[in-house]
Amino acid sequence: MKLISCEGVTIGYDGQRAVNKVSFDLEQGDYLCIVGENGSGKSTLVKGLLGLIKPQEGSITFNGIAPNEIGYLPQQTVIQRDFPASVGEVVISGCLNRRGLLPFYSRAEKDRAADKMKQLSITEIQKKSYRDLSGGQQQRVLLARALCATEKLLLLDEPVSGLDPVMTADLYQLVAELNQTRGITVLMVSHDLESALEYGNKILHMKTETAFFGSTADYLKTELCQRMMGAKL
Amino acid sequence: MIELLTGLLSYTFVVRALIVGVLVSLCAALLGVSLVLKRYSMIGDGLSHVGFGALALAMALNLSPLEVAIPVVAVAAFVLLRISENSRIKGDAAIALISSSSLAIGVMIISYTSGMNADTSNYMFGSILAMSKSDVILSVAVSIVVIVLYVLFYNKIFAVTFDESFTRATGTNASRYNTLIALLTAMTIVVGMRMMGALLISSLIIFPALTSMRLFKTFKQVVISSAILSVICFVVGIVLSFIFSFPTGASVVVINLLMFSVFSAIGLFKKKR
Ligand SMILES: Nc1ncnc2c1ncn2[C@@H]1O[C@H](COP(=O)(O)OP(=O)(O)O)[C@@H](O)[C@H]1O
Ligand SMILES: [Mg+2]
Repeated sequence: MKLISCEGVTIGYDGQRAVNKVSFDLEQGDYLCIVGENGSGKSTLVKGLLGLIKPQEGSITFNGIAPNEIGYLPQQTVIQRDFPASVGEVVISGCLNRRGLLPFYSRAEKDRAADKMKQLSITEIQKKSYRDLSGGQQQRVLLARALCATEKLLLLDEPVSGLDPVMTADLYQLVAELNQTRGITVLMVSHDLESALEYGNKILHMKTETAFFGSTADYLKTELCQRMMGAKL
Repeated sequence: MIELLTGLLSYTFVVRALIVGVLVSLCAALLGVSLVLKRYSMIGDGLSHVGFGALALAMALNLSPLEVAIPVVAVAAFVLLRISENSRIKGDAAIALISSSSLAIGVMIISYTSGMNADTSNYMFGSILAMSKSDVILSVAVSIVVIVLYVLFYNKIFAVTFDESFTRATGTNASRYNTLIALLTAMTIVVGMRMMGALLISSLIIFPALTSMRLFKTFKQVVISSAILSVICFVVGIVLSFIFSFPTGASVVVINLLMFSVFSAIGLFKKKR
């Protein structure tokens, strides 16, 4: 079943096209990695998918998934350095999209948040202030929040930037597990081609336009991929 | 001291001022946390000046001040919110324009109809004598509505304050809750303005939140601390204003400033250790 199909999506800022006629689709259970250089429109495309920016052209269709069933880990969360919020407060705020107009959180949501915190081993720090955490811990908190928000689709925009190698490996492992054992569809923007190739079953290579879209196996055969790998070595 | 207080409480206007003041301080403090964190402080300031213009107009036309000011300021809240959402930098300037223009128009109206006098100064800097019985009833009702809505939507308000794009991206109507915050702020400002003064009401919103953030590190703690601080500062301020016949708004702000200094000092001390 196609979960998302994008056709000829164009998004721009002040007349400048950041995403030009991009088409791809995502099946349930896929792990799509979006790669490409800085400024190639990856984050913009993700924001378009989330409805944060309106595409100028093209269509984005969701099948069997509502806007309130999506989890999102932003590239940079522009939260002020001194924002007072505890880890627990941040994580449970991911459950908000299940409440609709109802006030407060029910037992079910509190349990859900506790469960996600356990899964990400942040239960011990739940009373701590978010702003006092290390970059890696903050990223875990935001991932727990994203998981509270979804059972189906997780969008992650460069989730490992700023993490040390151990944390990075941990996070990749965790996302892969969610994808495999829970069947959560993953869309990850990644700077790290190697792990994109290792974990993703599909690749979208952005160059404002679509430079490549298809399975990872096919991507490995392209000259584009060879060049990217070569550049890295 | 006790004698003085019981003496004061025997005046109805004092009791009225206390009831309304405590409720408004509570509303202002609750909303202030979000306004400060969302960098909407300018909106609070702008709204109070629009409110001043609306009050002046109501007086000139012989209409009930609150009934005119509440809808006018609510519309202004809506407009200012849109301006600041759409363009961050020019937004500030646009708000400053609207805000000073309203103040100027208000002053013109007042000086044309009654001349600049003690009344004008009361509007600018606050007086507790200004409230009629029907004003008090309306103020109490509005404050209670604000507090109840705030409590009911507390989690949503937290979410749009902490991370608006995430909230929006995951399917919650964030604009709706931004608008709610702006409208509640508008109501609080109109109700509090006459006691605190148009120039000082926005500090009632900003101070308790800033002060609490010096010491507390979770949202809930900051909200609760702001609410308590705000009420305490108001009561102390108003008692001082009776004793020394200071303008009410000014004495409340000075007490807030004092608390801010104390909390900042403790915060610095804690950090050093
Ligand atoms: N808010 C914005 N306003 C104007 N231009 C933007 C904005 N965000 C991104 N851009 C531009 O759009 C292009 C794509 O950016 P982005 O989607 O962030 O790329 P990536 O995530 O691949 O690094 C860049 O040229 C960038 O300068
Ligand atoms: Mg990006």
